[in-house]
Amino acid sequence: MAERANKALTFQELLFRLQRFWADQGCVLQQPYDVEVGAGTMSPDTFLRVLGPKPVRIAYAQPSRRPADGRYGENPNRLFRHTQLQVILKPPPERIQELYLESLEAIGIDLREHDIKFEEDNWEWPVGGAWGVGWQVMLDGLEITQYTYFQQCGGMDLDPICGEITYGLERIAGFLQDVDSIYDIVWAIEPDTGRKVTYGEMRLAEEEQFSAYSFDYAEVPKLWEHLKLYETECLDLLEKAKGMDKMDELTLKRFPVLGAYELALKCSHVFNLLDARGAISVTERVGVMARIRALVVGVAKAYARQGELLAAETKELVAG
Amino acid sequence: MADFLFEIGLEEVPARMIASAEAELKRRVVALLERERLIAAGADAKSFSTPRRLAVLVSGVAAKQEDAAEELTGPSTKVAFKDGVATPAAVAFAKKAGVAVEALKTVTTAKGEYLAALVAKPGRAAAAVIAEELPKEIAAIYWAKNMYWRAGKPERFVRPVRWMIALLGDQVVPVEFGGKTAGAVTYGHRVLFGDAAIKLEAPAKYEEALLTAYVIADVETRRQKIRKALDRVTRTVEGARWREDHGLIDTLTHLTEWASDTSVILGNFEPEYLSLPEEVLVTVMRDHQKYLAVEQGTGNREQGTGKTPLAPYFLAVLNTEADAAGLGVIRHGNERVLRARFNDARFFWEFDQRVPLKQRVKLLENVTFQKELGSYAAKSTRVRELALGLAELVTSRGSKVDAVALDEAATLAKTDLTTELVKEFTELQGIVGGLYAKAQGASQTAAAAIYDQYSPESMEDSVPRTVEGSLLSIADKADTISGMFGLGMEPTGSKDPFALRRAANGIVKILAESTPALPLTLSEVAGRATENEAVEAKVRAFLVERLEFYLREAKGQAYDVVKAVLAAGSDDVRDAIARAEAVTSVRGSADFEAVSAAFKRMKNILAQAVEKGYLAHSPIIQTGNLIEDRMQRTGGSAINPVLGKLSSAVTEAKREIERNGKGNYVASLKTIAQLRPLIDEFFEKVMVLDTNPNVRKGNLLVLQTILADSRQIADFSEIVTAG
Repeated sequence: MAERANKALTFQELLFRLQRFWADQGCVLQQPYDVEVGAGTMSPDTFLRVLGPKPVRIAYAQPSRRPADGRYGENPNRLFRHTQLQVILKPPPERIQELYLESLEAIGIDLREHDIKFEEDNWEWPVGGAWGVGWQVMLDGLEITQYTYFQQCGGMDLDPICGEITYGLERIAGFLQDVDSIYDIVWAIEPDTGRKVTYGEMRLAEEEQFSAYSFDYAEVPKLWEHLKLYETECLDLLEKAKGMDKMDELTLKRFPVLGAYELALKCSHVFNLLDARGAISVTERVGVMARIRALVVGVAKAYARQGELLAAETKELVAG
Repeated sequence: MADFLFEIGLEEVPARMIASAEAELKRRVVALLERERLIAAGADAKSFSTPRRLAVLVSGVAAKQEDAAEELTGPSTKVAFKDGVATPAAVAFAKKAGVAVEALKTVTTAKGEYLAALVAKPGRAAAAVIAEELPKEIAAIYWAKNMYWRAGKPERFVRPVRWMIALLGDQVVPVEFGGKTAGAVTYGHRVLFGDAAIKLEAPAKYEEALLTAYVIADVETRRQKIRKALDRVTRTVEGARWREDHGLIDTLTHLTEWASDTSVILGNFEPEYLSLPEEVLVTVMRDHQKYLAVEQGTGNREQGTGKTPLAPYFLAVLNTEADAAGLGVIRHGNERVLRARFNDARFFWEFDQRVPLKQRVKLLENVTFQKELGSYAAKSTRVRELALGLAELVTSRGSKVDAVALDEAATLAKTDLTTELVKEFTELQGIVGGLYAKAQGASQTAAAAIYDQYSPESMEDSVPRTVEGSLLSIADKADTISGMFGLGMEPTGSKDPFALRRAANGIVKILAESTPALPLTLSEVAGRATENEAVEAKVRAFLVERLEFYLREAKGQAYDVVKAVLAAGSDDVRDAIARAEAVTSVRGSADFEAVSAAFKRMKNILAQAVEKGYLAHSPIIQTGNLIEDRMQRTGGSAINPVLGKLSSAVTEAKREIERNGKGNYVASLKTIAQLRPLIDEFFEKVMVLDTNPNVRKGNLLVLQTILADSRQIADFSEIVTAG
């Protein structure tokens, strides 16, 4: 075991290898989205790009914030912010499952030496009107990947559907390096000195402070105000989006549906903070979630409509 | 005759759906071949499944259907021929049937003479029929959750189709489904065999060919191999035994394609985790990791619980096999995961105890039970009141209840909803509360009642162990049901989002099975759960409906027996069960059948009498000493002697039934059955609806009394008799 751990990839090598692998499969490597999200799925590169008929192959690492999961850096297995590698393949290639298994080989997992199972696990994000069927991929009893065939998004049926592969990078690195604490994961090795830079060195302070912020410091009344402000602006944009059908081409393509989506994401994050702070009673919870759902689903519908209108314009242009 | 093999290769099918889909595929393929006259009824068929395939093998399939002839009926001869000449109607019919006009025959039916034509139906080749019909059968297989995968959404299925085999003898049948065309090629175990194609020579070689490719296609073989491997590995620890779990073994069987002696690992964990409650350890192992728990030998049976304590081991079933070194790597990985999980659980267990349940009562004000029905704090108050009220009632009837413990349990019952452990392991609600209560010094009785408050969760689950637990569980469920009914949120058809049927089933099951018995009726439960009379009536009817379900499903009682028994009273659950069982035990006897038929006849006569105005009220009246009164008043003169004899016998029988009481329904039913000769004589000799109004009235009165007296056990007229 020690031998395996010594040869194991560093955290950053793991990311490089997976990105290289998927880039070789034709995925465009995108940078992480720079607004707080709870999961890679919420990045517009997934949530919005899965809509409509346009084929997409994209991969990106997405830091994902879940304030309620924070443990002040004291729990060796839980993080306020973890990193997902998200791979989006629309439509899914015939060999998508084989490709996935090959990607594991690419990061040094010899499948013949391990026990791998695909266990049913259907993914759902009710706030986004999104769901899919799929598996959690179990490697020697560890869930290393969420594998989903995305079926609906923003309450709309997808056609073509989309394959989504989400790797939990900390878990996989912990497994490869055989460490019991996430904070002991080797992130990088300095080539000149051979010094190991650990995950804890890079991120522990963040976990400590953001746990404290979300559980103890975040000001509840201000958070409610933030929520209201983001929501109002998002709703205003969605109201204006109703006029998209009558916009000229330039106004249409510049209409900031993407901006509206960021505002909706902000709401979602503020909601998570309020939740971590224990400020949302179960009664309120349903109501606030419905408000955010209206924003997220509204944006998805506007995005799909904008895409349709722009495609029609292009067609007219070609025909004309 | 040839064998036919069909296999559909899929990406991993959810374990919970495989068994029923395998059975359905077999049923559909056999039905199709029978319907198409390609196999004889009862032909040999065997089915197979793994997570990546469903298959069926049928023997004795004909190469083609037998030629057949079909007789078509045309227009009547009157229309078809005018003066011996064929009319256009006859010509059109001949054309439709594909024969010459001269070849038409005539047939005589009830309606007259008609033209007919014998049309030859040449048998089609089996391959053509299968290629055409099988795709429809595949598409019709039921899946609890489906998906689209191809652009344009041409079909939905459980998971994408990767390959198909359709082999009739050595001939490939080009069945098309999910964008694939069937061939003669299958695939083996993804890791142990790799992705090389395996060409099948003949359908019968299927199982054998897969075995060489590390796939055990037969589910039962796989299951037995897994059990054997579990036994084998567990034996390496002296005195250890794995804890039986049929559901989990079933899941694991459907999660694996291969099993051998080296497909199971025995891992261990630090013995210090054994200080965590067993319920938590088992939930983590079973529900989260699909591991089997290991027990220490029977010598260490813990006092009181009847359970053997856990040993610091677990068993993981693999979908692979390996040598000792290889198994070591896999074991290490699994141990690492379990240790982290246990660590989390221990963190929650300790963290939660910082705020004892008593201090959490207040927190329940912020946990909503239901928008209109308020918080869990409000629910707890209602449940407490209801439980204590029911306790008073049963105490007045001689039951022993620890009211102080019940009060404490009801107050703390829902507080575990605020704990981290329940947020993490929601399936442990109640159980965790019971464990914390015990650890925090609540009385044994209170802790057990909290622990059992959600029992029974299904028809198979056991009922609470104590009277206090039973009362708490009934009160909790009755409060939910009456609250939801009050809001008009009753279950309809297949929709029961709040699982109210399950709750009501639980109440019935507790009243039926708890020891000692709880002297409570369904009306009392319904009546105390709400003050609204309309809601109460609905809740009561709902509970009776669940009693009906319980009698049929849990007790296996026939539909008519249940109906007959409930018509005679549906309030006392145990009494209804006893009556149903008694009726079932005697219903086969000829005398009882005859008496049931006679009662039906009596009921009909009375109904007729009401219709004709001979009787003012409903045909069934309550029991009483009507006959005797009448006999005394008339000196018996107005009553036919045969009827008199019968009524005396009925009165005598009634007394005997009363003497028998609730304890001996079988003897009482035998007494009723013994009335048969008198009843037979009565129907033979007496005209009930006599023309003399006085005689008629007397007769009817006696009939009413007989029915009323006999109805204390069941309404026998509901019993379906062979006659």
